[in-house]
Amino acid sequence: MHEHDVIVVGGGGAGLRAAIAAHEEDADVAIVTKLHPVRSHTGAAEGGINAALREGDDPKDHAYDTMKGSDYLGDAPAIETLCEMSPEETIQLEHWGMPFSREDDGRVSQRPFGGLSFPRTTYAGAETGHHLLHTMYEQVVKRGITVYDEFYVTELATTDHPDPEERECHGCIAYDIKSGDLVGFEASGGVILATGGDGQAFDHTTNAVANTGDGLAMAYRAGVPVEDPEFVQFHPTTLPSTGVLISEGVRGEGGILYNGEGERFMFEHGYANNDGELASRDVVSRAELTEVNEGRGIDDEYVYLDMRHLGEERVVDRLENILHLAEDFEGVDGLEEAMPVKPGQHYHMGGIETDENGHTCIDGLYAAGECACVSVHGSNRLGGNALPELIVFGSRAGSHAAGGDIGKARIPTGPSARTEDETGLDTPVSPGAIDQPDPDAVADGGAVAANPTATVKQTLEGERRRVDEMMERDGINHAEIRSDLQDAMTQSVNVFREKEGIQDALEAIRDCRERYQNVAVDDPSRTFNTDLLHTIETRNLIDVAETIALGALAREEFRGAHWRAEHQARDDEDWLKHTMVAWNDGEPDLYYTDVLLDGEEKTYEPKIRSY
Amino acid sequence: MSTGITETDDDSTETQTQAVGAARAAGDVYSEMTSEEIEAANEQSRRRTRELVEEADHTVELKVFRFDPEVPEKEEPRFDTFRVPFSKGMTVLDALMWARDQYDSSLTFRHSCRQAVCGSDALFVNGKQRLGCKTQVADLADSGVPETVRIEPLPHAEVVKDLVVDMEHFYDQMESVEPYFQDEDTPDGLEEQYQSRENREKVKMSTRCIWCGACMSSCNIAAGNNDYLGPAAINKAYRFAMDEREGDELTEHRLNIIEQEHGVWRCQTQFSCTEVCPKDIPLTEHIQELKREAVKSNLKFW
Ligand SMILES: Cc1cc2nc3c(=O)[nH]c(=O)nc-3n(C[C@H](O)[C@H](O)[C@H](O)COP(=O)(O)OP(=O)(O)OC[C@H]3O[C@@H](n4cnc5c(N)ncnc54)[C@H](O)[C@@H]3O)c2cc1C
Ligand code: SF4
Ligand code: FES
Repeated sequence: MHEHDVIVVGGGGAGLRAAIAAHEEDADVAIVTKLHPVRSHTGAAEGGINAALREGDDPKDHAYDTMKGSDYLGDAPAIETLCEMSPEETIQLEHWGMPFSREDDGRVSQRPFGGLSFPRTTYAGAETGHHLLHTMYEQVVKRGITVYDEFYVTELATTDHPDPEERECHGCIAYDIKSGDLVGFEASGGVILATGGDGQAFDHTTNAVANTGDGLAMAYRAGVPVEDPEFVQFHPTTLPSTGVLISEGVRGEGGILYNGEGERFMFEHGYANNDGELASRDVVSRAELTEVNEGRGIDDEYVYLDMRHLGEERVVDRLENILHLAEDFEGVDGLEEAMPVKPGQHYHMGGIETDENGHTCIDGLYAAGECACVSVHGSNRLGGNALPELIVFGSRAGSHAAGGDIGKARIPTGPSARTEDETGLDTPVSPGAIDQPDPDAVADGGAVAANPTATVKQTLEGERRRVDEMMERDGINHAEIRSDLQDAMTQSVNVFREKEGIQDALEAIRDCRERYQNVAVDDPSRTFNTDLLHTIETRNLIDVAETIALGALAREEFRGAHWRAEHQARDDEDWLKHTMVAWNDGEPDLYYTDVLLDGEEKTYEPKIRSY
Repeated sequence: MSTGITETDDDSTETQTQAVGAARAAGDVYSEMTSEEIEAANEQSRRRTRELVEEADHTVELKVFRFDPEVPEKEEPRFDTFRVPFSKGMTVLDALMWARDQYDSSLTFRHSCRQAVCGSDALFVNGKQRLGCKTQVADLADSGVPETVRIEPLPHAEVVKDLVVDMEHFYDQMESVEPYFQDEDTPDGLEEQYQSRENREKVKMSTRCIWCGACMSSCNIAAGNNDYLGPAAINKAYRFAMDEREGDELTEHRLNIIEQEHGVWRCQTQFSCTEVCPKDIPLTEHIQELKREAVKSNLKFW
């Protein structure tokens, strides 16, 4: 058993920033991560970090843009915290040596990005995330923070109590990938989940293979509600064959979208008469698919993104990385040809419900980064707003878990924040657990134990049994289940959604869940058993996919990234509220909470979101 | 305590939907698969795999290194062969994933991003260090589709299992060069620490390293001398030594680190690292430049 004050699960941007913050509060902090930190998917972020740094700009304007972009489903206290702290956190990175792109006078460069009223996106070439990740890992090395790399966290060690708000998290269980040992980690201060995205719930995604929503699924089963799960962002410009992302930076620099007929459709077909290519992602994604669906695509699949007119010098200077991506992964020379692009799953706005200190409703359990939902992005994230979220809320969660005083949160969490029930959701099958949960424990995996150490030990025993069973029995392989799940999600819970399709997806998810009851791990080895890891991940993906589909079915309106065929307008009367999906010990419960539109100084009045 | 979602058919007061009622009435209740059903399902998967291979216009044969110290049949290193349908744009990583998901779930390799940024999948492909995700299968043939592709773990590293090697030594070397920015004159608060465009340009290539280990694996010197820092660590030192924001004293300190017994002077300028680096970092040039800087700074103090 390992003991630390604070355990950070995940070594991406959010996890590293959380660990540094906890360390600065003099806590004994350790990072437990399934990938070595520099292998985290933060390294794939290309575009940039939004921060109001310059004269003429103001965090208040950043907050206004973010609220508008969120289609009024973000919470003002979260958004204002993000925008106020982003400048100091961004400059902190600069002080740690991050190689930002520079102006002639040596200051950090900024550029325009979709949905922003000021060019406030700082960047480091087209590899902003890579530099952010490596710069922070360097600081972790400098501070000598313990990193358990290639340790896969399988479960949280939480106490058992009927009310999630009375539960406590005392640590987690991890599988040491190299040795095959399951080990307990006890955390006296807190466990911070920073496990990143869950794009593997879909079959075409910009996310890494390791982005399987583990943290979200673990928190969900432990009793933390998943907030606004239906809001999944699809990026309008991904390469058709791999899902590799072509950054919004290309459009920021002046890249143009054409359909198969050579029309600049964003303007010519009236999707966004003012902002054109720079309109927010959901608008552009749907525009592209509409073009394709109406027969104006290329190969019935994609459209073109052209940057040739920008000239070689500018492209090489600012977008060199894009040239490499198009060449290596699509075989296209971006200086000679237009690049084929189509929408792909990109970012999950929804996630583990937290307050602005990263705290969940379970005592000692935190979440930060993409796996969390504070909520700053509401129904749609603006480009360049995720990286600041990692550093701002990673830092806050780390400080808070380490006992730092960062003020009391204004955002309420947990079932007590419930303002409205969902009754009679039209689901074709029952979601949730199949097998009878442990009759002795209320929380899934929750331990009825006398003290924190016993809680971790008991959870560890449970995990040993689960792993042994999968290793020993005969059964089917998880890969086909995962692939069927991904297909169902991409088919029906994509940028275009309709009731029947979502219901079909729920049935497919149920089917996957049932088949999963029979999975077995074929590889008998304890050494580096990725068969076992991927099998556990697939279970997490099933839970993640189900929350997304349930939220999508419930929300009968069109807001931000969530589009419903039958409900073609935003409906503030009935739907200006957060969706919460709670595991409820295996019998999922969907309810709603209020959106907080009251900021420090003003109230954000929902307006029509037009670009 | 629960509301709407969990539909139970005994709850007649709730408005039940048709679909839920129908599913329940049809007795759609989960029951575990029998061993015959499991075997049938597995056989069906195998059949589908065979069909996919038979129907493919082109296939490619992967010859993959296998080793697992814990599994009796794999204790002795061996090569396994997997036939994989070829499709345009397919990378070596795609082919490996297909083989794993269709034939043998115990086939083990690191991978994550699929886009040459995480540095997980440096492999020895047809005798050269390459990233699996950045290597187009078609590029391994002079024209058309290659007959076979040979995939081995990185040479000069201890094999943990199959294609997975122990990276600890590589990480230790990286971390031994004080790989972090350490300027003392950092301004306070929101004030920026200016850097010229030229200087950023100078360090740009060196900051692109993704810690894949390909360079280290390709280096003869590193293979023969475990203490040699190796190209990637020296490049990391270069990244800071050349950054104008760090003061002269620090630069001096950094030059001392790379000038140590197992530092830059071990490099014999064979360019193998530069040839394999997937991020096109001019490693040998960087090492040479550091040698020159070290000489200059030594002269200064003599
Ligand atoms: C291609 C791409 C481009 C993007 N570009 C931008 C951009 O320009 N600007 C912007 O603001 N945002 C961008 N985003 C979004 C942003 O990069 C991500 O949301 C963000 O990096 C996620 O960071 P994270 O720290 O939450 O997760 P990650 O960086 O994904 O890290 C997750 C960590 O959790 C660990 N982990 C996961 N599961 C487990 C487990 N079970 N046990 C132990 N460890 C675990 C992993 O090892 C990893 O270290 C982009 C995203 C993508 C995919
Ligand atoms: S220098 Fe190049 S080859 Fe070496 S570890 Fe870095 S990216 Fe890989
Ligand atoms: S999978 Fe990330 S570098 Fe190849």
